Amino acid sequence: MPTVSVKRDLLFEALGQKYTDEEFDELCFEFGLELDEITSEKEILIREQGGEKAEGASDVVLYKIDVPANRYDLLCLEGLVRGLQVFKEKLEAPRYKRVSPADGGEPQRLVITEETASVRPHAVAAVLRNITFTQERYESFIELQEKLHQNICRKRTLVAIGTHDLDTISGPFTYTAKPPGEIRFKPLSQSREYTAAELMSLYKTDSHLRHYLHIIENEPLYPIIYDSNGIVLSMPPIINGDHSKISLNTKNIFIECTATDLTKAKITLDMVVTMFSVYCDEPFTVEEAEVVYPDGRLSVYPELAYRTETLSGDFINKRVGINESAESIAQLLTRMCLRSEVSGEGDLIQVEIPPTRADVIHACDIMEDAAIAYGFNNIVRSTPRTYTVANQLPVNKLTELLRQDLTAAGFTEALTFALCSEEDIADKLRKNITETRAVHISNPKTADFQVARTSLLPGLLKTIAANRKMPLPLKLFEISDVVLKDETKDVGARNNRRLCAVYYNKSPGFEVIHGLLDRVMQLLDVKPGRNQGYHIQAAEDSTFFPGRCAEIFSCGKSIGHLGVLHPDVISRFELTMPCSAIDIDIEPFL
Amino acid sequence: MIFPVIVAQGESSMADNGLLESVLRLVEKVDGGTDSQDVAADLGVDHQVIVGAVKSLQALGEVISAEQKSSRHWELTGEGREIAEQGSHEARVFNAIPDEGLPQNQLMKMPSGKVGFSKAMSNKWIRLDKAHEGGPRVFKTVTIEDTVRDKLQLVQKGQSAKLEDKEKNELKKRKLLSEVTVKSYWITKGSSFSTTITKQETELTPEMIASGSWKEKKFKPYNFEAMGVAPDCGHLHPLMKVRTQFRQIFLEMGFTEMPTNNFIESSFWNFDSLFQPQQHPARDQHDTFFISDPALAHEFPQDYLERVKKVHSEGGYGSQGYKYDWKIEEAQKNLLRTHTTAVSARMLYKLAQQKFTPVKYFSIDRVFRNETLDATHLAEFHQIEGVVADYGLTLGNLMGILHQFFTKLGITKLRFKPAYNPYTEPSMEVFSYHEGLKKWVEVGNSGVFRPEMLLPMGLPEGVSVIAWGLSLERPTMIKYGINNIRELVGHKVNLQMVYDSPICRLDS
Repeated sequence: MPTVSVKRDLLFEALGQKYTDEEFDELCFEFGLELDEITSEKEILIREQGGEKAEGASDVVLYKIDVPANRYDLLCLEGLVRGLQVFKEKLEAPRYKRVSPADGGEPQRLVITEETASVRPHAVAAVLRNITFTQERYESFIELQEKLHQNICRKRTLVAIGTHDLDTISGPFTYTAKPPGEIRFKPLSQSREYTAAELMSLYKTDSHLRHYLHIIENEPLYPIIYDSNGIVLSMPPIINGDHSKISLNTKNIFIECTATDLTKAKITLDMVVTMFSVYCDEPFTVEEAEVVYPDGRLSVYPELAYRTETLSGDFINKRVGINESAESIAQLLTRMCLRSEVSGEGDLIQVEIPPTRADVIHACDIMEDAAIAYGFNNIVRSTPRTYTVANQLPVNKLTELLRQDLTAAGFTEALTFALCSEEDIADKLRKNITETRAVHISNPKTADFQVARTSLLPGLLKTIAANRKMPLPLKLFEISDVVLKDETKDVGARNNRRLCAVYYNKSPGFEVIHGLLDRVMQLLDVKPGRNQGYHIQAAEDSTFFPGRCAEIFSCGKSIGHLGVLHPDVISRFELTMPCSAIDIDIEPFL
Repeated sequence: MIFPVIVAQGESSMADNGLLESVLRLVEKVDGGTDSQDVAADLGVDHQVIVGAVKSLQALGEVISAEQKSSRHWELTGEGREIAEQGSHEARVFNAIPDEGLPQNQLMKMPSGKVGFSKAMSNKWIRLDKAHEGGPRVFKTVTIEDTVRDKLQLVQKGQSAKLEDKEKNELKKRKLLSEVTVKSYWITKGSSFSTTITKQETELTPEMIASGSWKEKKFKPYNFEAMGVAPDCGHLHPLMKVRTQFRQIFLEMGFTEMPTNNFIESSFWNFDSLFQPQQHPARDQHDTFFISDPALAHEFPQDYLERVKKVHSEGGYGSQGYKYDWKIEEAQKNLLRTHTTAVSARMLYKLAQQKFTPVKYFSIDRVFRNETLDATHLAEFHQIEGVVADYGLTLGNLMGILHQFFTKLGITKLRFKPAYNPYTEPSMEVFSYHEGLKKWVEVGNSGVFRPEMLLPMGLPEGVSVIAWGLSLERPTMIKYGINNIRELVGHKVNLQMVYDSPICRLDS
């Protein structure tokens, strides 16, 4: 969930009202935001870098507000204020307009060459005319781009935004891709020119930019945008050129978004221009720009598309569980920036979805907004009449019953991890990893998550190792799932419910573990016997001490092993006493 | 204060009956009780012996009552006792000198020589003739009275009151006397006072029952302050106890348990079927454990897969879709399921393949996240999930059922916050008022499954599916007062915690 940091006083000034922290928190809750933290730059610095660094830092109160991940229109102060003002019916949602250049001139044009196809094939663009920045507006503009980059743009992989002072460059612009050695320009915040190759190594150590290098690093061609004089605007998705950088005094802004996902590029562009066109001489208007594709197709951006959906009041009422007139529902929706009107036909409502609400893709999204405006906590809570009879999953039912009786038999339940290291299930148990049928994880952050366990035994032995100070004997069990590769399953693996128990004492206690087996079989109503019953039979298993291991058969089928653990197994789990164990599959008893 | 009776005291440690009866006879004679020090003085035995006798008598029940008290009194130091016996150093020096005197160097060799010499000199008991032929020689001058010894002997007899404070302090300064605090008992008759000792039985025996002799016997009282002997038994793990209770709640509410025993899931069921787009951050390597072997799932319901592909990339069922290039390669990737909702999706798909009947499903099982670990986050945890599918379910129904569910957990004050979740719309975070923290805390997540998820499965248009989820670990940590999740789950837990954890009743 993205967090937006805004200055409290600035926020209240824009909202035209002062709130107490509690009141504002309440408003956030109702609207689906969360006032996550009340802090200041100073406080943040003290916390992150210590008191010294914080000296002289601002103690202006900051609100950190959590915004739902799909509401890109709330990622800056301007959007938050607009959303809340409309919600509180203090403001009508503005209508965003795409306009042609005022003087009847040609729109700005961005020409995409075919070289981009392999690396970053899409681009969109727009112009904000006669904008007036203040320090705060400027900062918010930069911050919004950063928030969009982190969220909808998926850390610039899907979309990268570049904003430029249009008065320093001249179109038409060319979006192309070139070998890194052939790209040379002075990037933002640097004092000289670098080749693209040099930049990539320069930014290896840049705490911010290094995260984006991988996007194009291994591409033969890097994306690059030039103006008609060969000046570099940007090398997306890494860095803009220094030449066209915007400042507080910038009046006209050229915005380009390059992308691998065109839909997201359009949304991103719409967000930037809808949020900041408020500061243009003619608010909420955006000057169009043309984008020419390699095949000659021409598109005009920003799209700023309005879409109309028609739905009935009855649909909303039935889904939410309220009983409101179509008129009042239309009013509720209008408060969510979805301008709505009763169409006059029955209880049909026409809902206009503005370009800022890309999150609304289905009638259910509209229904939710009606419910939010109505107030979730004003909805009457009612019990559904759904009549059903409950059933337990047989394997869980059996597990529950056995767990109770194993504790009655004096064994204590352990709860261990389903993920572990290869070593735990192989080397430490004196097994070869290839014979374990283990499922392997491709991206573990540590060795503790290399595989899904194929046996419950390592977890129990590790539990004992962590509890060596406890009085002996230690008697532990676990009934839980292991995971085994299984070609017959759609995903190629399945769980298997196992019962494992260990006895750890000064003497091995094989008879104790054997007695537990007899008790478990008694509980499962399986009598001792070779054919219909259960029996054990001497076996060799590398985990166990030679001559001290038996295989367990029930109704002629092998279900597991019991025995005294091999001394090497005991030492490899950092234990010092003899230990006997039983490990059986309980699924045959379902 | 009446001291607790001591059961475990054996016969051997008890004072012999003769002494006990002597003590009892003394107590009988005095009204209003007597001090154990006086008893010791009267019987001419050490006070500690009487203290032992008092404890033995207390063990017999209400024969006597003894209240401990402390008093200060004067006592001889080691050196003081030596002087009371052998005389003061100065007297010993004096007595060692014959009438013809003694060479000083010889006198100094005596054990009391140095101290005795200077003290006797300052008392003017002796004189030193430095010019004496054959070296300095010491002579007696007077006859003396050894008052130091006399005073110490008075104290020894317990008659320190006869000395003046000044005298006692002077002796204290000479480290011959010390003022000590003595703990003694004030002994009075108990409710069953008697001067004869009856032997008390420790336990009832089969013989006593058979012979009826228990009627005549006295039994040693039990110490009800002591702990009992721990029973020899096994223990259930607290998290599993809480799991049992949650299962019980769902079963009471008529929910059927889903088969969640499949930790390995395909991206298709874990994400795509839930209408979670392929570029969603949750599908990132940083958040999800992917599987290298077996890396890919190889079997999908083909028609359904096509419908899922279409709704993602082009929309449909009234939806705009996400409008991106949906790839089967992404859907095939195996992973460790990140939520049990993957199983809910399988169950709802299965349900859609039959003539629709309403269902209520639940599950409580492990899910896996490749997250940064901290005090409240592990790579695996248990998710609790409830799902209801029926015609015409409303958001109000979801709130109603959540209210019933949480009431069974003892949580009645709920409110709901709009939230975002890719596969539910509306989505609501569930908050409950925490009386201890005096604030609203998030206790779960809930929502109505999106039509883009349900309709491609083939569920009828009018069917709504409401669902909610929470973790099992969080309520358990709150219930058992555990702050670090590692103290609850995994092999590093302290088994003592498991042994000691109480039963789980969530509503109390």
